[in-house]
Amino acid sequence: MPGDHHLHHDHDDHSHLTPIEARVKALESILVAKGLVDPAALDVIIDTYETRIGPRNGARVVAKAWADPAYAARLRTDATAAIAELDYSGRQGEHMVAVFNDAATHHLVVCTLCSCYPWAVLGLPPVWYKSAPYRSRAVLDPRGVLAEFGVILPAAVKLRVWDSTAETRYLVIPQRPPRTEGWDEERLADLVTRDSMIGTGLALNPSGIPA
Amino acid sequence: MSQRDLIDAVAAVAPLPCDAAGPVFAEPWQAQAFAMVIALHRQGLLTWPEWAQALSQAIKTHGMADDGSGYYEFWLEALEHLAIAKGISTHQRIDDLAAAWARAAEATPHGKPITLDNDPVTGGAIAV
Repeated sequence: MPGDHHLHHDHDDHSHLTPIEARVKALESILVAKGLVDPAALDVIIDTYETRIGPRNGARVVAKAWADPAYAARLRTDATAAIAELDYSGRQGEHMVAVFNDAATHHLVVCTLCSCYPWAVLGLPPVWYKSAPYRSRAVLDPRGVLAEFGVILPAAVKLRVWDSTAETRYLVIPQRPPRTEGWDEERLADLVTRDSMIGTGLALNPSGIPA
Repeated sequence: MSQRDLIDAVAAVAPLPCDAAGPVFAEPWQAQAFAMVIALHRQGLLTWPEWAQALSQAIKTHGMADDGSGYYEFWLEALEHLAIAKGISTHQRIDDLAAAWARAAEATPHGKPITLDNDPVTGGAIAV
């Protein structure tokens, strides 16, 4: 779509592994090279726990933004500080930016091959999200990728694709589902899926299906 | 289900960090270390009593903090010891490979997958 934007940032900095992460990689490469462990089997096991890693406060952040306009305003101006208010400290000094979906704009986040995915907020990314084909297709044909996830956007809705850097990670604030007036934050948080916070899904509606 | 058996096997020596729905991990590397042990068990390369023994030994050597932090550091150490005891690798090789991975990460531009070939010293040609 001509109205779709891809905001690209320079990737001029390098990656980093902590000493313990490097030891895990070392052991993994030994077990794989010796044929004792299949890397695909490891991915399947880790995928089982993808939503069980890190503090995973993203859903609470979104629910609070829906329920509390003052909090939403703080999230817009300084997402790092607003997320820290909920007691989930950012890691490696990462800078978070919250992008808000509305009737006119839908946001989609790509670039997750390394450390730029905010796992402390969202939990682990799914395996497909780290794949090079997803990344390139999300940039070239974001509407097509979204359609595969069952998200069909009206042509009038502008699509913006955000490409993280080492310093800036994005959190999508999905639109609040209809018929949730008066819900408290805890109940609202149950409607917020990880995929809705990376833009490949919508928040669930009150009956538990994507709104 | 191997996860339930694992939880039971280590319950006496060092209960797995869990919530009501099962294991939880503070950081991704912990899930990777966890997955390696599950995978080795599925391959028949270690038994749960053997694993509980190795984990218990690692914890006894260092002592665990009251808040349970450091659990997966011990987990990884137990895995290293088992790999060495079973003749799969050596301390030196694990150290060398860890150093190679750390250098490879530093040499990898942000946004690209980190692979051992990026290590400027060995170019990925390193004994496992």
